[in-house]
Amino acid sequence: MSDFLLEIGLEEIPARMIATAEAELGKRVNDLLTRERLLGEGAKVTTYSTPRRLAVMAEGVLAAQADSEEKLTGPSWKVAFKDGAPTAAAEAFAKKAGISVSALKKLTTAKGEYVSATVKRQGRTATDILAADLPKEVLAIYWAKNMYWRAGKPERFVRPVRWLLALLDSAVVPLEIAGIAAGNASRGHRILHGDAPVAVASAAGYKEALRAASVMVDVAERRHSIRKALDAATRTIPGARWREDEPLVETVTHLTERPTVILGNFDPEYLELPEEVLVTVMRDHQKYFAVEGADGKLAPHFLTVLNTQADAEGEAIIRHGNQKVLVARFKDARFFWDFDQKTPLIDRVESLKHVTFQKNLGTYFWKTEQNEVVVRALALALYGSNVAFDQDALLKATKLAKADLTAELVKEFTELQGIIGGLYARAQGLGERVALAIYEQYTPTSTEDEIPVSVEGQLLGLADRIHTIAAMFWDGQAPTGSKDPFALRRAANAIVKILAESQLPLRLSQLLAVVPYPLEHAGKPIQQRDEHESVSTFLRERLHFYLKDVRGFAYDVVNAVLAAGADDVRDAIARAEALTAVRGSEDFIAISTAFKRIKNILRQAAEKGFAIGSSADIPLSDEAHRLRGAAAALVPEVARLREQRAYSDALAQIATLRPVVDTFFDKVMVLDPDEKVRGAHLGLIDDVLRNFSGIADFSEIVTG
Amino acid sequence: MSAAQSAPSLKPSALTFQDLLFRLQAFWAERGCVLQQPYDVEVGAGTMAPETFLRVLGPKPYKVGYAQPSRRPADGRYGENPNRLFKHTQFQLILKPPPVNVQELYLESLEAMGIDLKKHDLKFEEDNWEWPAGGAWGVGWQVMLDGLEITQFTYFQQCGGLDLDPMCAELTYGMERIAAFLQDVDSIYDIVWARDPETGAPVTYGDVRLAEELQFSVYNFEYADVPRLWEHFSSYESEAQSLIEQAGKLLADENASPKEKTRFPLLATYELALKCSNVFNLLDARGAISVTERVGIIGRIRNLTVGVAKAYAQQQQVGELAS
Repeated sequence: MSDFLLEIGLEEIPARMIATAEAELGKRVNDLLTRERLLGEGAKVTTYSTPRRLAVMAEGVLAAQADSEEKLTGPSWKVAFKDGAPTAAAEAFAKKAGISVSALKKLTTAKGEYVSATVKRQGRTATDILAADLPKEVLAIYWAKNMYWRAGKPERFVRPVRWLLALLDSAVVPLEIAGIAAGNASRGHRILHGDAPVAVASAAGYKEALRAASVMVDVAERRHSIRKALDAATRTIPGARWREDEPLVETVTHLTERPTVILGNFDPEYLELPEEVLVTVMRDHQKYFAVEGADGKLAPHFLTVLNTQADAEGEAIIRHGNQKVLVARFKDARFFWDFDQKTPLIDRVESLKHVTFQKNLGTYFWKTEQNEVVVRALALALYGSNVAFDQDALLKATKLAKADLTAELVKEFTELQGIIGGLYARAQGLGERVALAIYEQYTPTSTEDEIPVSVEGQLLGLADRIHTIAAMFWDGQAPTGSKDPFALRRAANAIVKILAESQLPLRLSQLLAVVPYPLEHAGKPIQQRDEHESVSTFLRERLHFYLKDVRGFAYDVVNAVLAAGADDVRDAIARAEALTAVRGSEDFIAISTAFKRIKNILRQAAEKGFAIGSSADIPLSDEAHRLRGAAAALVPEVARLREQRAYSDALAQIATLRPVVDTFFDKVMVLDPDEKVRGAHLGLIDDVLRNFSGIADFSEIVTG
Repeated sequence: MSAAQSAPSLKPSALTFQDLLFRLQAFWAERGCVLQQPYDVEVGAGTMAPETFLRVLGPKPYKVGYAQPSRRPADGRYGENPNRLFKHTQFQLILKPPPVNVQELYLESLEAMGIDLKKHDLKFEEDNWEWPAGGAWGVGWQVMLDGLEITQFTYFQQCGGLDLDPMCAELTYGMERIAAFLQDVDSIYDIVWARDPETGAPVTYGDVRLAEELQFSVYNFEYADVPRLWEHFSSYESEAQSLIEQAGKLLADENASPKEKTRFPLLATYELALKCSNVFNLLDARGAISVTERVGIIGRIRNLTVGVAKAYAQQQQVGELAS
C-alpha cells in the first residue's frame, strides 16, 4: 500500500477560513478514496495547513481498484442466433460488451432465453483516479469569500493557486488544478527559506522536508509551540501571566508558518487608560496577547507572535517596531478619551438626532425616547415585587445609554460601545449604578457570556432589545432563514438568558406589552395583535433554542414543556428539570403513552364528529368510574403542588394514576357504539388530559 | 522600559522620504512599469486616479506606478497629531494582469527600500478593500511589518460595477508610514524629506507640508462655505450627468463614426465625478452630511463613476475595433 500526498500551494489564505477548509479537504479526499475503493485496511487520512498551503496525506492507499466482473444481458437468443449462426444483433452486442461473439453465453430466465456477456473490468489505478477526479473536489471547497485570477475566470478559489505537490509514494500524480501542474516540489518559508523550491522525495517525508524549509505544517504542533513560547517569554517577568485567549491563539496559529514569540513593553503611564481600551487595542487591532501581573492587573507588557525566527538584532528591531506602533495607538486612544471628556454624555444626547438607528424608524434620539417609555413601564411592572433597584439610576442610564455613539473613542473602537459610555459615566461622576447599567447594556453578547450583574443593567438591556425586536418586526425586517442582518436572534437569546438567569419576575408577554406601537408605519396601519403574535412566536423559538441548545434539555421535553406554556422563562426551566427527572421512570412512560392515546382518540372522535359528553350523565363501568374518582381526587393536590412550583412532586402524583389508567384502556372500549356511553368516555379522558397537562404536554414525550 | 530605550537606532542608514520614492519608482520602472505623475485633480486615494480607475477596465494589459497625494479632509488634525494627515502620499501600483510572482516582487520592492526582511516580521493579513462610491472592490491583504500596516495589497475584482477581466493587482504603499517607521521618528513631521548632499542639513516633512496641513484643516473644518459646496456638488454632478447621457446616446448610435465615439470626452467627465467626490468629502468634514443623507449621496457619486466606467469600456471597444 502507498501513501498519497497533496499539497495545494496558495497565496496567504485568510486565517479565519483555514481550519474549516483543511477539514473539508480531508473529508473530500477520504470520501473520494472510499467511493473509489482505494483505501486499504487501516488506512488513515491526515491534514495539514499553513497560511500558504492546504495539505492532505492518505496512508494505506491501494495502487489500484480491485478488478471486477459484470454480467450484461443482450437480445433474446432467438434474435441473436439464427440456425446456430450469429446475427447482426449478436455481433453488435458483443462489440458493445468488448468481447468476441464466441464468448457470448446463453442465459435462461423465467421470461425466456437471452444472450449474455461477462465483462471483466480492470480496476483503475489510484494515479488515474486521483488525476481525473481530485481537481474538481479541490475546486469545490467552500470559501466564505473567493476570487478569480485567471483571464476568462475559469475558476474561483480563496486566493491564487501557485504550486501543487502531488505524490503517490515518490511518484508524481499528474494532476492539474487551475492551470498548475503538480510536481514534486513545495515551497518553504518566504523569508527564512526564500524562493528556492523544496524537493519532497516521498509523501512520507513531507512533514520533515518542510520543517527543514522552516515551515511547521502540523497545526496542532504549531499551536502547541506558540503556547509554549508565550509561556517562556512571559516567564522573563516575575509573577506575570499572559491572558488566555483561545480565539487569538487560533488566529496567530493560522497566521504563521514558523512562529516565535517576543515580549514587548510599554510605558506604565498608559495603564491609566481603561483596561478595556488597552486590551482591545492589543488584541483586536494588533493581535497581541495582554500580560497581567501577580495581582491580576494588566502589566505594561505584551506578547506578539512572529512569523519568523530572527537573530538578536532582528528581534530587537522587531520589538522596537511593535512597541512604537502600540504606543502610537495608545496615544490616539488617550487623545480621544481626553477629547471626549470635553463634551459630557448628557450634552451628547441631543446630537443623537443626527445618528440613524434605522432608516425607516428613526434616530438614536428617538430610540432613546422609546427605551425610556419601555423602561418606565417595566419599572412600574416591578412595583411591589421583591426586586430592589434604583429607579432614578435606571432612568438616567437609559437616557444616556446611546450617547457614547457620538464619542470619538467609540468611532475608533466600535466594539466598545456601551462599555465606553459606562466608563465615561463613571469618570463624569454620574454614580456607580448609572455607570454600571450603561456599561452592561449589551451583555450578554453570546450564549456563553454572563448576564448583567446589576438589576438596572438587566432592565435596560431587556428594554432596549425588546423594543428593537418589536420595531424591526413592524418595519418588516424580521429575520428569515439564515438572514438576520440586525442580529435580532442574538438579541432575543439575550432576553431569554437574562430572564432565565436573573431574579426578575417578568414574563415574555409582559415585556412585549410595554412596547409602544405606532398606529401606522410607512403609510400602513399596524395591527398590534398580529405584531404581538409574530414577535411572541419568535421569542418562543429562542426559548426553545435556549432550553434545548444552551441548557441541553431533550427536544421532546422542551416540546412538552413549551406546549404547556412558554411565557414564564424560569417556570419553563423548572418544569423541564422536573420532567427530565421523571421521564425515564416506568410509570411515567406509561402515563406518556396513555396521554398520547388520549390525544389520538380525541382526534379520531373529532374527525368522526363524535360529541364529547359528560361522565356524570350515565352510570359508568367500574374501570371508568375508578379512573374518574382517582383523577378527581388528584386534581386539587396537583394544582396545589403546581402552584408551589413543586413540579417533581406534582409529576410523581400524576404518575400514580398509572394503574387506573392502564386498567381503563385495557378493559374499556372508549369509542363505544352507544352514543351516550361514548360521549361519557370522551368527556372523561378529555378531563384527564386538560387537568394534567398544565406542567407539560406528556403526549409530546417520546417513549420506547 | 529598558527594551524601548536600548533598541538599536535605525536612523543613520535610513533613506530620506524622497530617496524612498526614488528607489521604489526605480524598482518598478526596471520591471516594466510606466511611471506616471500624480493626477492633478483632488482624489481621496490613488485608486481614484484615472490611471487606475479607468485603465483597469477592458482587456488591455497595463503596468503603472505613481505617487498620489491623497486628500481626506476629515482626517486633518491642524498638523498637531503626529500620526494623522489631511493629505498623505500613496505610492500606487497597478499590474494588469499581475505576474504569478507578484508577491515575491512586492517583497523585493521592500528590500529595494532598504528593508532587510530577515530582520523584520512580515505578515499578509486578510483585508478586503472596497470603494462603494466607485462600484469597486477586491480581495487581498494588509501587509504588516512589525505590527504596522505598510501596504494594502488588493486583487481588484470589480471596478465601476464591471467585472475586471483580466483582473489586476493593486499595491498601495503608505509612504509616510513607511518613512516614519524606517527613520524611527515619532512624528510624521519629523521625517527627513531630503538632505543637502554637501552640508547634510535635513529638510523635514514638517518644513515641506506643515503649513499646508494647518491651513487646509482650517479651511476644511472652519471656512469651507457649506451652501456653496452644495452648489459646486450639484453643478459638477449635473454636468457629469449630462455628459454621461450624451455619451450613452452617441455610443449606441449606429450611424456615428468610430472617430466621433472615441473623441467623446469621457476623461473629462470622470474628472467631474472626482470633483463631486472631493466636494462630498469637504461637506463631510464640515459635518454637513447626516448619516441618513450619506448613503444617498454616495449613491449619486456612484451613478456618475459607474456611468463613466460603462461608457469608457464601450468606447475602448470601439477604439479597438477601429484600429
